[in-house]
Amino acid sequence: MYIKSASMNELRVENLSVTIAGQKIVRGLSLDLPRGEVHAIMGPNGSGKSTLAKVLAGHPDYEVTSGRVLMDGENLFELEPDERARRGLFLAFQYPSEIPGVSIANFLRAAVQARLPEGEELEATDYYAKLYEKMELLGMDRSFTARSVNEGFSGGEKKRTEILQLAMVEPKYAILDETDSGLDIDALKTVAHGVNSLRSPNLGILLITHYQRLLNYIIPDYVHVMVAGQIVRSGRKELALELEERGYDWAREEAREMART
Amino acid sequence: MKTETKAVNIDRSIGDFSYDVEYAKDAGVGLSERVVTYISDVKEDPDWVREFRLKGLKTFLEKPLPTHWASKDLEAIDFDKIRYYLAQGTAPKRSWDEVPEDIKRTFERLGIPEQERKFLAGVEAQFDSEAVYSNIKKAVGEQGVIFVGSTEGLKEHPEIFRKWFGKVIPIGDNKFSALNSAVFSGGSFIYVPPGVKVKHPLQAYFRINAENFGQFERTLIIADEGSEVTYMEGCTAPKFNTATLHSAVVELVALKGAKIQYITVQNWSANVFNLVTKRGLAHEDAEIKWIDCNIGSRLTMKYPGVIMKGRKARGEVLSIALANDGQHQDTGAKMIHAADETTSNIISKSISIGTGRATYRGLVHVPKHLKRCKNNTECDALLINSTSRTDTYPAISVRGTGNAVQHEASVSQVSAEQIFYMQQRGLTEAQAMSLSVNGFVNDLVRQFPMEYSVELKRLIELEMEGSVG
Repeated sequence: MYIKSASMNELRVENLSVTIAGQKIVRGLSLDLPRGEVHAIMGPNGSGKSTLAKVLAGHPDYEVTSGRVLMDGENLFELEPDERARRGLFLAFQYPSEIPGVSIANFLRAAVQARLPEGEELEATDYYAKLYEKMELLGMDRSFTARSVNEGFSGGEKKRTEILQLAMVEPKYAILDETDSGLDIDALKTVAHGVNSLRSPNLGILLITHYQRLLNYIIPDYVHVMVAGQIVRSGRKELALELEERGYDWAREEAREMART
Repeated sequence: MKTETKAVNIDRSIGDFSYDVEYAKDAGVGLSERVVTYISDVKEDPDWVREFRLKGLKTFLEKPLPTHWASKDLEAIDFDKIRYYLAQGTAPKRSWDEVPEDIKRTFERLGIPEQERKFLAGVEAQFDSEAVYSNIKKAVGEQGVIFVGSTEGLKEHPEIFRKWFGKVIPIGDNKFSALNSAVFSGGSFIYVPPGVKVKHPLQAYFRINAENFGQFERTLIIADEGSEVTYMEGCTAPKFNTATLHSAVVELVALKGAKIQYITVQNWSANVFNLVTKRGLAHEDAEIKWIDCNIGSRLTMKYPGVIMKGRKARGEVLSIALANDGQHQDTGAKMIHAADETTSNIISKSISIGTGRATYRGLVHVPKHLKRCKNNTECDALLINSTSRTDTYPAISVRGTGNAVQHEASVSQVSAEQIFYMQQRGLTEAQAMSLSVNGFVNDLVRQFPMEYSVELKRLIELEMEGSVG
C-alpha cells in the first residue's frame, strides 16, 4: 500500500472493506484516481469490481466495515447517494433501471436542474441545445428523448443512454461499470468515442471491465488488477495486454500470495 | 351581518389553512327532522323539495352502512357530531369585490380568481354549505348557458331542474345519496342549450372551512342536444383533528349527440370522509367522460358511472387515486350498457404509499339482448412501500354474443434499485419517488387539460415530499 497526502483533486479510496449479508466482498482496497486520468480496473467475475462501484455511489445494500473514501478531501460515507452525485460522482450502471413513463428529456432535465443552486431555473433552450449536441456525439436520434428511460431499450441503447447522462451532468469522477458488456463492436466504438470526447483535466474516469477489448478504444493511464476484493497489481496500460495474454489465473495466484503475507 | 376573523392557521400544504368565520345560519350539531326542516326554511325550499329532503332522511335512517362490502372505517363516522349546514346567509355574489373579505381571501389564496381570469368560462365557489360566488363570462351567458348554484337553479329554472333532479341517482341509490338528498346544499346547476359548445371550462371550487362539518353539494348538469361542456371541480379542506364529511351527489344528463366532460381534482386533508355518488346518463350518440383525481382524504368511496341509454352512446372514466399513509382510496367505475353499439372505457391508476390502501371496484354490465357493445378496462396499481396495499374487484357481466370486452390489470412496485438509480443522478429520494409516480400516471395525465395536469403533478410532488422521511 502506498501512502500519499489527500488531494483536493482526486477520488481516494483508503483500505476499504465491504460486506454484503455478512460476506466479505472488498478486502482492504486502496486506490487513487486523480482528475484528468483514466484508470481501469480489470478482474474476473466475482472479484468485487461492481461492488466497489456501487459502494462508492452509496448503494444501501452494502456495509462498509473499514476504510474511507475521500472525494476532493470530503468523506463520501457521510453523504447520501444523491449528495455524492450532486458533488460530482457519477456511476454508469452495468444494469440501469427502467423508469416507465419518464422521458429521457424530462429525466435528464431533472438531473441537471438538481445541480443548479436553489431558486435557479434551468434555461430550456440551452438545455435542449446541449442535449442534442451530446446526442449527436453519441449517434443518437433526437426522437430518442421522448422515450421512457431505459424502457424496452436494447443493451447498446442502455449503455449509450448512460454515457449521454454522464455527458449531461458533467461530473468530476465517473465510474463506468462494465460499460462494454453486451455491446457489438460498432456500438462499442460509438460509446468509446463518446467517453474519449469527455476526457478532460477536470474528469477522473474509473473503467471497470472484465475484458481488455474496451481498453483498445479507451486507452487508460493506469490499469489495476482486482482479484478477490483486492488490487493485486497496478501498472501502465501494457498491463492490460499482459493480462489478456496470461489470463487471470496468474493474478489469482498473486492474490493468494498476498493473502499469505 | 358582521363577520370577524380571529385567527389563521397555516401549514405546509396548499389547502391546509382555515380562517375563523362567524356563521349567521347554523343548523347545529346532529341530524334530525328538525335539522332538515331548518335547512328547508333557511333556503325557502318549495314544497316538493321539502318532501324530497324528508324522504331522503327517512331512507338514510333506514339503510344500513354498506360495511358488508365496504370499509369498516365507515363506522367511525359519528353522524350525531356533524354540523350539516353552515352559511353566512347571503346570496352568491357575481363579483369577487362583493364577496366578504374573510371568505374572499381563502379563494384568493387558493388561486381561484386568477384561474378564472386566465382560462375559465365561469366559476362557482362554495364555502362550507353555500355558494359565495358564481359568475359566467358574459358571452357564455348570452348563448343561453345557465351556470348557477343548485339552490338558485331549482328556484329559477324549475322546468328544467325538476325534470332531471334525482332521476339519474335516486334518493335510495345508497345510504350516502339518501343523506345528501336530505341535507343537500350548494353544488352547481348547469344547462347548455342545443348546439352550444362551451369552449372554456366551467369550474366549481368546494371549500370546507369549518370543523366537524359535513359538505353535501348537489350538482346537476344537463347538456342539451348536440351541445358540449367541460366542468371542473376542485376541493380542499384544512387539517382538523376530528372527522369531516363530504358527501356529494352529481348527476349528468347528455342528450342526443351531446358531450360532457367532468373533471375532479380533489386534495382533501387526511381527516375527510369523502363518500360521493356520481353518475351520468348518455342518450343516443352522446358522450360522458369522467376524469377523476383523488388525492388525500381518510376514506374515499367513489365510483363514477355512465348509463349508456341511447344507441352509440359512449362512457369513459379516467381515474387516478393516490392513497398516502393511513388513507384508503376505494374508487372505480360503473358502466351500464343499455343500448346497442354503446362503448365504454375505464382506465384506472392507483398509487399506494406507506400504509396507504387503494381499492379498485369496477362494474361493467352488458345485458344479453344488446349487440356490438364494447368495453375496455385497464387498471394499474403502483405500490411504493412494502406496507402499501392494493386490491382489485372487477365485476364484468357481459351476456350475449356480439359484444366485446377486454380487461387488463397490473400491479407494479417502485423498486429500491430504481430509486437508487435516480438518486445517483442527483435527485433526492422524494424527487425520485415523485418522478416515478408521475411517470406511472403520465400517459393518463396527458389526456387531461393542461392546467389540470400541471396542478396534479404539483399535488403529487407535495404528497411525495411529505411521505419520504
